[in-house]
Amino acid sequence: MLASEATRSLPYPVLTLLVLIPLVGSILTLFASSRRPEFTKLIALVTSVFTGAVGLWVLASFETGEDGFQFVSKHEWISSWGIGWHLGIDGISLFLVVLTGVLFPLVIVGCDPHHDEKRYLAWLLLLEAGVMGSFLSLDLFLFFLFFEIVLVPMYFLIGGWGYDQRIYAATKFFLYTMVGSAFMLVGIVTTALLARSDLGRMSFDLVEIAEGANFAASTGRWLFFAFAIAFAVKVPLFPLHTWLPDAHTQAPTAGSVILAGVLLKLGTYGLLRFGVYLFPEAALRNREIFLTLAVIGIIWGAVAATMQKDLKRLVAYSSVAHLGFIVLGTFAFTSEAVSGGVMQMINHGVSTGALFLLVGMIYERRHTRQIAELKGLQKVAPIFAAAFMVVMLSSIGVPGLNGFVGEFLVLIGGFQTARWWAVVGATGVILAALYLLWAYQRVFHGEPDETNSSFRELRLREGLVLLPFIGLIVFCGVYPKPMLDRIEPSVRALIDRVEEVTGYVAPTPVVMEESEPGTGEG
Amino acid sequence: MNDTVQYPSIDWLAITPLIILLAGMMLNLVLAALTRPWPRAWYALGTVELALATVIVEMVLWNDIGRDGSRVVINDALSIDHFTALSWIAIAAALALVSLSTADYLRREQLDGPEVYALYICAALGAMIMTAANDMVVLFLGLETLSIALYVLAASHRRRTESQESGLKYFILGGFASAFFLYGIALLYGTTGTTNVSRMADVLRDEVFLKGDDAMLLAGVALLLVGLAFKVAVVPFHFWTPDVYQGAPTPVTSFMASVGKVAAFAAMARILLVALPTRIDDWRPVVWVLAVLSVVVGSALAVVQTDVKRMLAYSSISHAGFIMMGIEAAGHAGDEDGLPAVLLYLVIYSVLVIGTFTVVSLVSRTGDSGSDLGWFRGLGRQRPALALAMTVFLLAQAGMPTTSGFIAKFGVINSAAANESYAIAIIAMVASVIAAVLYLRIMVSMWLSDPEVGDDLREKVVVPVTANVVITLSTIFTLLVGVFPGWLIDAARTAASFAG
Repeated sequence: MLASEATRSLPYPVLTLLVLIPLVGSILTLFASSRRPEFTKLIALVTSVFTGAVGLWVLASFETGEDGFQFVSKHEWISSWGIGWHLGIDGISLFLVVLTGVLFPLVIVGCDPHHDEKRYLAWLLLLEAGVMGSFLSLDLFLFFLFFEIVLVPMYFLIGGWGYDQRIYAATKFFLYTMVGSAFMLVGIVTTALLARSDLGRMSFDLVEIAEGANFAASTGRWLFFAFAIAFAVKVPLFPLHTWLPDAHTQAPTAGSVILAGVLLKLGTYGLLRFGVYLFPEAALRNREIFLTLAVIGIIWGAVAATMQKDLKRLVAYSSVAHLGFIVLGTFAFTSEAVSGGVMQMINHGVSTGALFLLVGMIYERRHTRQIAELKGLQKVAPIFAAAFMVVMLSSIGVPGLNGFVGEFLVLIGGFQTARWWAVVGATGVILAALYLLWAYQRVFHGEPDETNSSFRELRLREGLVLLPFIGLIVFCGVYPKPMLDRIEPSVRALIDRVEEVTGYVAPTPVVMEESEPGTGEG
Repeated sequence: MNDTVQYPSIDWLAITPLIILLAGMMLNLVLAALTRPWPRAWYALGTVELALATVIVEMVLWNDIGRDGSRVVINDALSIDHFTALSWIAIAAALALVSLSTADYLRREQLDGPEVYALYICAALGAMIMTAANDMVVLFLGLETLSIALYVLAASHRRRTESQESGLKYFILGGFASAFFLYGIALLYGTTGTTNVSRMADVLRDEVFLKGDDAMLLAGVALLLVGLAFKVAVVPFHFWTPDVYQGAPTPVTSFMASVGKVAAFAAMARILLVALPTRIDDWRPVVWVLAVLSVVVGSALAVVQTDVKRMLAYSSISHAGFIMMGIEAAGHAGDEDGLPAVLLYLVIYSVLVIGTFTVVSLVSRTGDSGSDLGWFRGLGRQRPALALAMTVFLLAQAGMPTTSGFIAKFGVINSAAANESYAIAIIAMVASVIAAVLYLRIMVSMWLSDPEVGDDLREKVVVPVTANVVITLSTIFTLLVGVFPGWLIDAARTAASFAG
């Protein structure tokens, strides 16, 4: 079972640290003297690096091959409502936590807010605490708390340090997500109340409810949709995606990187952890809806991206398409497709995060993101162009880079249980090549005109920030086994649970039995 | 002495808080009349000490009730139970906070001191009598004591016509509401032959009404509901609220929104749940409609305002709708979650609204006129700490987690879902998203708006010590309850039972 408790319980609460360190850092930055800005930045950097180090330590000591939650920390919190501080990590959340830990220090180093740096760093660290908490929570109330609190720092980051339309975009982002959360809150409360008769007491504990409670099919469906609507907004699934291009385009570079890198994953992660895990039957019975929306998202996002004149908006729409792949994998209900989806969450975080960083660097130099105004950058900045090329190819899903592995697994798994959706979705790969290569050609090829000929080459600091991204892109593309080995047991346990509850039989895996996945690239 | 006169036995401990306040008010008036003017802050500090003394006695009383059980005292006129004790603590704490924030308001506006505090104490006294009343006539006495003091307080800024206007409006409309309420009491008395709340319940339990026989009873309940709905300001009895909240001196507004709401909701809960539990099927649908109308209309109208005090007035209507949801939930047979949720919401909202209005009062600057949204522009740059506190209050009112406001909303949603009132829960949550727009607008103005020409010419926002104390305490409470709400939830649970 997925929930075989506490395979490794430690005397000291590592996961709690992952939430608390950035939180404390955020408060410290807020109270730091504003006369010494470099000191403030140092505090922020140290706390985020420390968080990242703890995250890497968790990765290193994670028991590979275990499917249950590890490093569990469980305490009473609001006992009168049956709410606990329950954190745990498994293969599905592991790499998201690590990605969060890695992405934040890079963003703090790599992006310059230009004004009010102290408040900016405080919000950024608070955001990190919220995201960490969301990925680690195993209590419905606690998850909702973190899921919702993430909105506040993101709202202020977009609204305070964004571009022209920033307040409009920030408000739209806030309200869209809050509408979804409104349904989820009612869903969470109802879930706990209905589980009360089975459990004998009020509890918001995810594992207890999943193991102990039985929901009638019709009730389960309503509850599932109450959760799913919140996650669908966050992912974002077509047609709830319209907040995303605005938020991405108007956000400061750091905001876009975090938004694409980890915030959107709250939606896809939530669908897996709370949607599928708590309500397997409802998720399975309604999977056509999600598959269809996911595929529409893939095509729609790709077509819309092709039309964009603004480079950042193009990347934003490509996110809609990529997230469609993840949802397609989730609702294919085979261990390959779901593992591919989980892996794609990380891949998209890395490659799209890096793309946003690069677009941010272009904007810093040229103060425009209009594709039409950029030309021939390859001539003047070859290293910059090479970095862009690698990241872009990863985003397209070229074999040998990380994007390929995830999409391949999603498609091959999806082909068995959701054939036609996978077939249509596969065209998204081709469309991705179309819009990204075309954009690359327009921006980097040709002879630079006068304004573009002074485009500065990649600086050392920028290069050092990009290096981890490119390293991950290549490493995960060439040798994805360590990652899949840790993801796969938890995913298989999840599929087992779906089979057990619903009587559904997942097809036997094609590539993931013994042979190494993803090595068949060519 | 004629032995036909029966003097009731008095439970002195139970009424000590009332006596302290009454004596304090008298002392205040006498001293103010007979001695030369003191420094203004002294009156405020005196009131705070009075309120704190009351709180201490009330805590002793809470403990006492826990040991000896709840009881009805003085010829069954007052119920002394945990519900009363918690409401009293909330009222006294609100009195202390509002007095502190009034101190510097009076200095800034060059207004006289002592009477305002006497009126506050008088209003708090009325509010406490209302929450404890086990007899309709006593309840009415408390209601009038509270209301009349509030009418005067609303008009207490003598140089502002808006203040005079709001006092008059409140007085005329409030007079009507009181008349409705009194008529309702008369009809109930006509039906049951008693004005005592607990005896009324006994009579209604034993009485068998034939079809159509209970018209007078239903009319009485309806009139009572109209009177109380006016006091708590729920749609469609809310029309006075924006004008009065906007026109009244800002600290008085916060007093109305905290103490006034606690008292009226406590009275409403007691009448509906103690006197009329046999008629829940009659009054619950009415409460449902009032709750839904309030959350939707309150939120929607709040968004389109441009004056922050008006915004907060409409948002208070929406909050009142949330509290009504708790009462609706308590109106289901065997419910255990509704009443604790109501108490929790009232305590949390009182502190929240006082904190919010204290900031508004500071931003309004001299003349109490700068409550337009534009006056908040640039507050984040000029006074970051103040703006941060306001942000906490606004996020709490929007129901963001880790603030007390989320706990309050969660309690109400929980109680609604426990009684399978899913529709009302979803309507309320969606309405709270609409209301979030309003809180975001204020935050945008404080933190994100670009400065405009003329902003520099405005008076600087000054944060005096007393206001600072109020804001700090409210912020701490808001965050503390947001993260560790267990103790307050338990207290609200304990308090959710009535004597008699």
